[in-house]
Amino acid sequence: MSLKEKLLSSYLAFEDHLGIDSPVHDLRAHAIKNFEDHGFPTKKEESWKYTSLNSLLKKDYSIFPNKENTLELKDVKKYFLHDVDTYKVVFVDGVYSSFLSETTHDGIDVCLLSAALSKDKYKPVIEAYFNQVAKESSLTSLNTAFAKEGAYLYIPKHTEVEKPIEIINFATGNEAAILLQPRNLIVVEENAHVQIIERHQSLSDNAVLTNSVTEIFAEKRAFVDYYKIQNDRESASLIDHTHIKQERDSICKVHTFSFGGKLTRNNLNFYQYGEHCDSVLNGITILEGKQHVDHNTLVHHIAPNCESHQDYKGIFDDNSTGVFNGKVYVEKEAQKLDAFQQNNNILISDKATCNSKPQLEIFADDVKCSHGCTIGQLDEEALFYLRSRGIAKKEARALLMYAFANNVLEGVKIPELKQRINKLIAHKIGVNLGFNL
Amino acid sequence: MGKFTEDDLKKELETKEYEYGFYTDIESETFPVGLDEEIVRAISKKKNEPEWMTDWRLEAFRIWKEMEEPDWANVNYEKPNFQNISYYSAPSTKPKYDSIDEVDPELLETFNKLGISLEEQKKLAGVAVDIVMDSVSVATTFKDTLAEKGIIFCSISEAIQEHPELVKKHIGSVVPRKDNFYAALNSAVFSDGSFCYIPKGVRCPMELSTYFRINQAGTGQFERTLVIADEGSYVSYLEGCTAPSRDENQLHAAVVELIALDDAEIKYSTVQNWFPGDKEGNGGVFNFVTKRGICEKNAKISWTQVETGSAVTWKYPSCVLKGDNSIGEFYSIAVTNNFQQADTGTKMIHLGKNTRSTIISKGISAGKSQNSYRGLVKISPRADNARNFSQCDSLLMGNLCGAHTFPYIEANNKSAQIEHEATTSKIGEDQIFYCNQRGIDTEKAIALIVNGFSKEVLNKLPMEFAVEAQKLLEISLEGSVG
Repeated sequence: MSLKEKLLSSYLAFEDHLGIDSPVHDLRAHAIKNFEDHGFPTKKEESWKYTSLNSLLKKDYSIFPNKENTLELKDVKKYFLHDVDTYKVVFVDGVYSSFLSETTHDGIDVCLLSAALSKDKYKPVIEAYFNQVAKESSLTSLNTAFAKEGAYLYIPKHTEVEKPIEIINFATGNEAAILLQPRNLIVVEENAHVQIIERHQSLSDNAVLTNSVTEIFAEKRAFVDYYKIQNDRESASLIDHTHIKQERDSICKVHTFSFGGKLTRNNLNFYQYGEHCDSVLNGITILEGKQHVDHNTLVHHIAPNCESHQDYKGIFDDNSTGVFNGKVYVEKEAQKLDAFQQNNNILISDKATCNSKPQLEIFADDVKCSHGCTIGQLDEEALFYLRSRGIAKKEARALLMYAFANNVLEGVKIPELKQRINKLIAHKIGVNLGFNL
Repeated sequence: MGKFTEDDLKKELETKEYEYGFYTDIESETFPVGLDEEIVRAISKKKNEPEWMTDWRLEAFRIWKEMEEPDWANVNYEKPNFQNISYYSAPSTKPKYDSIDEVDPELLETFNKLGISLEEQKKLAGVAVDIVMDSVSVATTFKDTLAEKGIIFCSISEAIQEHPELVKKHIGSVVPRKDNFYAALNSAVFSDGSFCYIPKGVRCPMELSTYFRINQAGTGQFERTLVIADEGSYVSYLEGCTAPSRDENQLHAAVVELIALDDAEIKYSTVQNWFPGDKEGNGGVFNFVTKRGICEKNAKISWTQVETGSAVTWKYPSCVLKGDNSIGEFYSIAVTNNFQQADTGTKMIHLGKNTRSTIISKGISAGKSQNSYRGLVKISPRADNARNFSQCDSLLMGNLCGAHTFPYIEANNKSAQIEHEATTSKIGEDQIFYCNQRGIDTEKAIALIVNGFSKEVLNKLPMEFAVEAQKLLEISLEGSVG
């Protein structure tokens, strides 16, 4: 039985279990239909030209874990941002772990989507926001059909959340292979500020496939700072969909750090509905082995006087493959726009591959849009300069790579997190520079 | 152009006056509409082709039947009904005119409208013109001068008769029959086109030129051009396309194959000004062209194109940089106005070591048109030290048009250096104001600014063409302001 068939038949059981009274029943029914019609994407689809899911789909994933799994805090502590106080929403094999989490209803809601879907008091929010911005693709539909659990964050007007919120999904590996489908809903009301860190972590070498969907709504003057840490094991794959709807004067920043995982696909979509929005998409990708990372971004400019900035840096070693497929779409109403898109790549090994497809689709005339893309190597002369000053080759190379990634790193506004990422990069490049940038 | 002096020209003109003029009568013999094996056979028979050519066409037809029309391009149009097209139209009589008075005045007027009167052509010394009108090559000039050097420049049907070994060896070697839908169609039904062979070490003394036109209503134009530059040779080839107004959509599916052997250089320039449809978007030519060149060691192919016409353009002149140290260049200006749609760009496939490519693309969209750049730069694993630079600039005039950029960059070699840059902007009000202030009216100012915007590419055109191209840019954008 193929994975698609398995999913379709499990849906029936899942549906029975939830009952048809659920407020999102119609959405689910519609979504599963869409998935049934389209199936998993193949390389024949333009947006999946460079990424094949075939090898992933052959595994026999269990769709619902058989039993609840627990984790000891000491085993997973290192995956948290432990030296700073944070709110935490933690899931173990897709099931909420109250023991590891730290949620709140004090002024803001940091809790669970399952609660939001079932309790009446959240009903207006769910009706207004749930599945409103997620673009209908077969994989997001698949997630919607099985949407049950995930983080639910609601930040009311004029609230500044004083500490970062961590959303962490652990996979224990108690199943031979597992498919996880977390669904997050984040609503940031007018003039509210929030910082969020998202992480997916597998704890064993058993296969994990995560098909995650996150919807973010940034109302007027809201500020959202979102960090994605992707440093998973080589047995874990992630297909991540993030859909962000921005209203006027809002600022949304998404920083994606991809250092690990077997196959990572990031679909990051921004929709600017109000004037004077600012969208920032930053990414550092450092890959080795046979890793594959595909960044697929869309910034849809609908309103005038907006800005967007994209900056993706990639360093590819061994047999790794990096894909950047960025699109800036400018509606004819979106005049006076400033959109910038940059993708720089360094290939270190002969067998590494880099495919880049930065696209502009522009229907407005009074705009400033540009993109740049480079693929190259470390500057030999800079390397020579450093070496002539007594810096060993390995360190000199590392320094240059740091410098290459630095302006993306500068955007990280949580100092502890920045330090963490610094360490990750140092580890990834295999040097200890003895300083933090 | 060099060796061909004014005196030579004078002599040429005295002795050969109007000999190369038009054989054309506006009456022409046209095949019934539709396409099947019989029609393919009939075309082949009509052209008195050898059996291998007929078989080659039939094979292409079989491949075509299996294929589907591509729809990935960023263009919308009503797909032509391929069974509703006549696949062959040729002048039925071929009388020789003694003087220009005998030439059909209607035809002369068309030429005059296009600004390429015969006189002008003669005056533009050194331009040998092979006029292809409705698919049949009707005249070739300067053939003797070329023949002296061993250069073969003739229609492809002539080449099939007289140089079958060359044609057989090279046709379909760069653009195989199964390459794409339109290439397969062209391979099956091509009616005529140009053939050019430059022998080893010869530098072609003049610009070779073909003017294509579509003249007969309802006839598809299927040109096939094959240019072979043997080792160490050089040729500059011009292709100009113009068509009189027609109401219904006309189909054009050409194939151009360039072969640059070791150390050879081919410069291929195109000015395309087919009927773009009227202001309401009715009519116009569908231009689905496959152009590709292959570079052997140290060879160079340079594509320059000025695309101002056609309702729908689907065109990607490409370079396969097979030999080490080979160079590919692509310079393009695409102008779209009213309801025109263009999806054009290039492919640079780096296979050899130390290969270099440059892409400069300028897109100008006005009216309600859509203008897309689509390009591929591919560095294969063994293409060490490959280098690419791409720049795509778009200019938008008015808020009803669109400009799009779809670059594909695929690097499989760590020593590759690739840079891609794209910008989109509009003509600044300050720029126009500056011109106005100095007494240049807005329309002229725009022409001036557009010219400056396109200069990098216009400079790459041979002189005579550059003038014409500039004029075309102005005409195409007429009335797009205000």
